Amino acid sequence: MGDPVNPDVTAVQRAELPNGERAATQTPERADLRPESIQDAVIRLAGNSQDGIQTAGAFLARLAGRSDQEVMTYMTIPATISGGPSIFQVRIGSGEVLSPGDEADFLVAFYQHSYQDHVSFLKEGGVLLYDSDNVEPNLEDKRYVYVGVPVTGLTVEALGGTAKDKGKNIFVLGLIAKIFHLDVEKLVALIKEKFGGKDESIVNTAIMAFTAGYAYPVGNLLSKLYQFEKIEKSGGRAQITMDGNQALAYGLIAAGVRFGAGYPITPWSSVMEILRRELPKYGGTFVQAEDELASVSIALGFSLAGYLPVTGSAGPGISLKTEAIGWASMAEMPLIVVNVQRGGPSTGLPTNVEQSDLYQAIFGGHGDSPRVVLAAKTVEDCFYIAIEAGRIARKYSTPVFILSDGSLATRIEAFDEPNLAELMQEAKPDLTPRETHKPYALERTTHHLAPGTRIRDGKYPLLSGLEHDEMGHPTGSPKMHMAMTAKRRNKLRELAKELPLPDVYGHDEGDVLLVGWGSTYGPIHDAVKQLRSRGEKVSAIHLRHLHPLPDGLENIFARFKSIVVIEMNDQGVYGFGQLATVLRARFCEPKIQSLTKTDGLTFRVKEILNGLGQAHSPNGSKSNGASVTPEPSSPTRAAASVSAERDHAMDNTPNQPGTEAILASSGTNESRDTEKER
Amino acid sequence: MNDTETVAMPVETPGLVDFPREKLTKKAITADHPTWCPGCGDFAVLASYYKVLEKRQVDHEKIVTLAGIGCSSRFPYFVNGYGAHFIHGRGVPLASGVSLSRPDLKVFLFGGDGDGFSIGGNHLDHGARKNINLTYVIMDNFVYGLTKKQTSPTSPIGFKSKTDPQGAVDQPVIAMKKLVASGATFIARTHAAQVNHMIQMIERAMDHQGFSVIECLSECVEFYPGAFDPANPRKGGSFELIQEKKWDGTAEDEMRHDVTDELAAYKLAMLPFPGVFGVFYQSDRPTKNALEKRWVDQSREKIGQASDLDILQKTFDRMK
Repeated sequence: MGDPVNPDVTAVQRAELPNGERAATQTPERADLRPESIQDAVIRLAGNSQDGIQTAGAFLARLAGRSDQEVMTYMTIPATISGGPSIFQVRIGSGEVLSPGDEADFLVAFYQHSYQDHVSFLKEGGVLLYDSDNVEPNLEDKRYVYVGVPVTGLTVEALGGTAKDKGKNIFVLGLIAKIFHLDVEKLVALIKEKFGGKDESIVNTAIMAFTAGYAYPVGNLLSKLYQFEKIEKSGGRAQITMDGNQALAYGLIAAGVRFGAGYPITPWSSVMEILRRELPKYGGTFVQAEDELASVSIALGFSLAGYLPVTGSAGPGISLKTEAIGWASMAEMPLIVVNVQRGGPSTGLPTNVEQSDLYQAIFGGHGDSPRVVLAAKTVEDCFYIAIEAGRIARKYSTPVFILSDGSLATRIEAFDEPNLAELMQEAKPDLTPRETHKPYALERTTHHLAPGTRIRDGKYPLLSGLEHDEMGHPTGSPKMHMAMTAKRRNKLRELAKELPLPDVYGHDEGDVLLVGWGSTYGPIHDAVKQLRSRGEKVSAIHLRHLHPLPDGLENIFARFKSIVVIEMNDQGVYGFGQLATVLRARFCEPKIQSLTKTDGLTFRVKEILNGLGQAHSPNGSKSNGASVTPEPSSPTRAAASVSAERDHAMDNTPNQPGTEAILASSGTNESRDTEKER
Repeated sequence: MNDTETVAMPVETPGLVDFPREKLTKKAITADHPTWCPGCGDFAVLASYYKVLEKRQVDHEKIVTLAGIGCSSRFPYFVNGYGAHFIHGRGVPLASGVSLSRPDLKVFLFGGDGDGFSIGGNHLDHGARKNINLTYVIMDNFVYGLTKKQTSPTSPIGFKSKTDPQGAVDQPVIAMKKLVASGATFIARTHAAQVNHMIQMIERAMDHQGFSVIECLSECVEFYPGAFDPANPRKGGSFELIQEKKWDGTAEDEMRHDVTDELAAYKLAMLPFPGVFGVFYQSDRPTKNALEKRWVDQSREKIGQASDLDILQKTFDRMK
């Protein structure tokens, strides 16, 4: 939960098992159980990846979306191909849900190891629901409420012998539905939709498992059932539920992308899988190329042909595309390049999250090669950022990077349905004949004509990787290279002028301004909420346009005594994370500090609060720029090195480099627990 | 080009500013004066290309001339038409993108042996395997010329270059063996000194539905002069043509080459230099263009007349 504004709202409290409770009957409608009204709950499912806990978790997420509740999920993916411990965490709230939650209110443990590894994540008074066929909890630990259900045995009993213990996930879904008073009708509809395409018997089996779980007299073991508060939505738009890669893929379609090319790599693959499946419906296609070099080159072929194409990858694959992206800068080609970041360098932490490819996106190239870099802040924003990327790529005829990351890619959130009628962009090239055409005219922004467009004066344009004149023909003229270099750079300056400034969350002046980018949006804003509720003058901005930066950011910075840039990458040689370094270079602003971490996991709110505690004393003055010079003993350094203490986090995680491409191409979405230290 | 054979996005039809079409002349498609060394074989390839476009009266705006990096890859600058001078070795994927999304265009790719057999060798294999509808002319001179005489993937053993002052030691790529093995569906070999033959080969390649590739021996007079004299009758060599089967049932026909016979093509490819010239292999395996188009058509059939907006809206409705 951890809702900072209402710290007293607790989803689940210690069960007292009052005598008034009697055994539940087999009917779903029990009048005697008065559900307690709650606003927010964090439910963590812990098992093995083949148990389908993602499926069960996703049902909860989608149900919440259909019930107009905010929802955010969190899962870790194993680098192993199949099997291994895995978790799926769902946070459902009737109010605003910003982050997946630091602690769980409700833990479902399928195995002994699930219990052992995750019980410390359960908040005091939280409920441990465990499979009593497989788990023996330490009942002496009185901090938790214990609910043992012989899940394996009952599932086998409900489904008959042939099912073995498959279906445990759906059985548990039934239990959860009962405990949280969820809408059974909607859940059953979701189950039918999910399995409907398959064999009839699969739907029936799932419904049987669900019914058995729902009918289990869990009320015997638990004093209370719960119900989410109903919040009347004012917006009127229905909610849709999807993960970040889905939002990105559909955002690209809305942006008018009809052609693309890629190569499998975690965590990008599902974007290409969706586009491969969906684009033919729109008359386009997505090509699985032989390698990353080919994929970006095929995409540039689509661009040359007059379409707005996409290619994408994770960091290592982007490295391979870099030469061709340099060509796209030089030839001024519209192109969207998606980087779903993971831990690096090299194969790194393929299934973990990191924001360490910002430098690569902005600077990763030979020569002066201007490009635009955007970052999505939430799952919902993955959809909108794709449309923004398309707009910029077309308007400025330039490569545009979209940075997402492993946590956004796999996280499921519910958000208001976009107004597609307003957002959908035209996809077809315009082949209207022209009188004349100069592709690289110095006096205006380049807009290429698609081949097939007749030109009356008979002079056809060439796209060139050599420095060229206004018609695209090669030139070694020093003047022309200067003029063309400036032309390519100036369009980014034009863009910077038109970019909107980010909203300031909290007051627009104060002591500390937190600056974030990408998937840290939730925890940063949660942290600001908590700090403000304690009376601290802390605000936040979240940057979507990272290169170029919007003009006028300096005016926001001027209104705060110190600025702390929070990001999931290394503090680097000089003690600053990647965005912090870029901002310091851009604004020459010594009050910009840096809070980073490199454990491959999303920020917890607590980590931000602790890190800020080290970075500055909230009531003391931090306005003296000299005090934040990055000396080892300085506060900045202390803040920046928050990560170092957590570096052991990954020590015992089973990484199997080289397997991620296989994992990705098989479309598996399995989870891994990487959090043994907590 | 046959639209039903290729993947298609409907393209806007020309509208308001239309003007009458003039005859395509050599003058109209000539651009910069080539920067090649005097006597370079590539001049003849360029002249043959002009000739084919003129002879076939291809719509000017539908000619797309692409290349990677190398001496021969300067080609697009000398053609007045849509085109691109891309990066080293990636011409095949670039051309694939154009071909797959625009069935109305004529896609030609030019390059050298370094571009095609070394840095871009993998792309050649995959473009061929996927049978993407385009024509690729590899101007093979057995040497890196643009960078001034380094060993190329087709340089023969013993060839002395700046990177092999003692003579090349690595087994060269035998171009025709690689091409036959690649899965390309039209494979021919010609010589820049044989303009009429070259024109014939380019025309046949252009008419072929699928990945058509030509190895064209093109002498580098600066860094490997005389490399192809054994294939040039004027210089005492022999230019032996492949006799293709006419299927006339005659006894002579028994001895002729069946272009659909992959094994026979491979045997021809194994002949010692200078080997033979003409069409080694041709088959009518479906193109990727056609296969993708089929998927598009099947999808559209299910969807009916729905607009792009309707399709995406329907998808979102399912995610509520």
